[in-house]
Amino acid sequence: MKLRDAIEKFMNGLFFVCGMVSIAMVALITIYMIASGLPAIIKIGPINFLFGTEWASTAADPKYGILPFILASVYGTFGACLIGVPVGLMTAIFLSKIAGKKTAAVVRTAVELLSGIPSVVYGLVGAIILVPLIMNAFSLKNGTCLLAAIIVLSIMILPSIISVSETSLSAVPKEYEEGSLALGATEMETYFKVSLPAARSGVAAGIVLGIGRAVGEAMAVMMVAGNVANMPGLFTSVTFLTTAIAKEMSYSSGLQRQALYSIGLILFLFIMIINTVMGRLLKKGDDDKK
Amino acid sequence: MKKLIALLMAMAMAFSLVACGSSSQSSTDTEDTTTTEASTTEEETTDDAEETDTTEETSTADISGSVSTNGSTSMEKVMSILIEAFEEQYPNVTVTYDATGSGSGITAATEGSADIGLASRDLKEDETGLTAYVVALDGIAVIVNPSNGVEDLSLEQIAGLFNGTITNWSEVGGEDMEVAVIGREAGSGTRDGFESVVGVEDACVYDQELTSTGAVITAVAQNQYAIGYASLSEAAEDESVKMVTVDGVAASEETVKDGTYSIQRDFNMVVNDSAALSDAAQAFLDFCLSEDVADYISQAGAIQP
Repeated sequence: MKLRDAIEKFMNGLFFVCGMVSIAMVALITIYMIASGLPAIIKIGPINFLFGTEWASTAADPKYGILPFILASVYGTFGACLIGVPVGLMTAIFLSKIAGKKTAAVVRTAVELLSGIPSVVYGLVGAIILVPLIMNAFSLKNGTCLLAAIIVLSIMILPSIISVSETSLSAVPKEYEEGSLALGATEMETYFKVSLPAARSGVAAGIVLGIGRAVGEAMAVMMVAGNVANMPGLFTSVTFLTTAIAKEMSYSSGLQRQALYSIGLILFLFIMIINTVMGRLLKKGDDDKK
Repeated sequence: MKKLIALLMAMAMAFSLVACGSSSQSSTDTEDTTTTEASTTEEETTDDAEETDTTEETSTADISGSVSTNGSTSMEKVMSILIEAFEEQYPNVTVTYDATGSGSGITAATEGSADIGLASRDLKEDETGLTAYVVALDGIAVIVNPSNGVEDLSLEQIAGLFNGTITNWSEVGGEDMEVAVIGREAGSGTRDGFESVVGVEDACVYDQELTSTGAVITAVAQNQYAIGYASLSEAAEDESVKMVTVDGVAASEETVKDGTYSIQRDFNMVVNDSAALSDAAQAFLDFCLSEDVADYISQAGAIQP
């Protein structure tokens, strides 16, 4: 019996170590990002860095203002959610409540395939089909713009929204829906007013995942957004936080490289803020339930 | 249960064995290196003695060592082909190449952290104490969509198109349509070369900034309003875009060589004047500057001066 206790202890220790590894990784990345990102921010000045509207990293008189990148990332993510969230939610409701077994299986496979497509393929298809399409549809001289990025991103975030929302919608107790139907509500009223609120924490988690993917995507955005450091407009060529790093990292040096690390730090903070805000929202939702 | 115990025991044993193995190995390793170091120094001294005794004739195999080069990313193609050819001739020399950028390459040569600095631009006035040797010439072609009727542009017109003062093709003799300016990202050697020759440094109003020459060519081929620039070697191979003539001169190997085509830059090897090059580095520099490497340089898409 003593041996069994020893094994238990050993395994406990092993699991503890595994758990610690991920914490250590997060801590390591955080420390590294702060250590390598902060010097440039201090040198440039936080206000100039965060609210400067001009980025000219290799100019004779270099300017390191990343407001255009921040705004492009925010607008791009917001736009992607504007399209992706309604479509994703309705697909999830369709899959978990309305569709027959066979149809649902087909749609589900398609959604899973969508999530498996590498981002560079999204970018490629976007660059070859979407960009010329936008150019012709709006008679622009140049099709690479924020709109193209928004459309590509909205498709990319669909799988995370759909699969997470669907799981939590399917987990809503049948009694809730049956009760609602028995009280005379229509099916649609039931799904939107009973099932969806009951599944809101899962739905919110799906949206967070989607936002995370949209904020963090670089490759696909780089191929369709044009990558010029303009203040964002729907039809102007824009640079996201991610693409600003990816675009210049390979040839960068000195303060330019440090500034790119700083952009990484800002991006990192962004994700942290999104996660905390959504965590708060979820917790609030749970408290309301009680 | 017993199986699990056995498995755990086996794992524990394996771990301890590995631990033992590595520690014992490392100790032998250090011994090995000390002995080999000693023997090599002996060998070297005997070698030296032999060399002085016999003839002064040097064959390519006699030169050994390593050469570090550091700098321009635009020179990557040229360098990789030159290094490969050089190492074939000089089997005992290894040449390293760090693609960092012309500025860093010049700094490396100044500070001595690299034997040879590589710069795809000429030395600036404040970069003194260095000598630059032109290894190759690189022409930059101005490309437009094949459907674009414009055939010739002056250097001023090109500058105007890129810095945003000319926004319609009709102003330069083309159709009445807008201009979409496509270029490379900040830090790119081609962008730097083009902008400095045309005189539009930091003044270009781009519609797209792409991260490779191929991407620029593809984008220009897709967009009838587009104008862009690309390395001459790659643009000339590609049928999907049209190269315009600059001040009436078509971009080609001949026109770059005789200097009539204006948008071109030098690929330089930069050497520190105050430090003597090692035999290996000197051999590499001589090799790169010799007439024999013309084929290699044109293979890399550049032109020997």
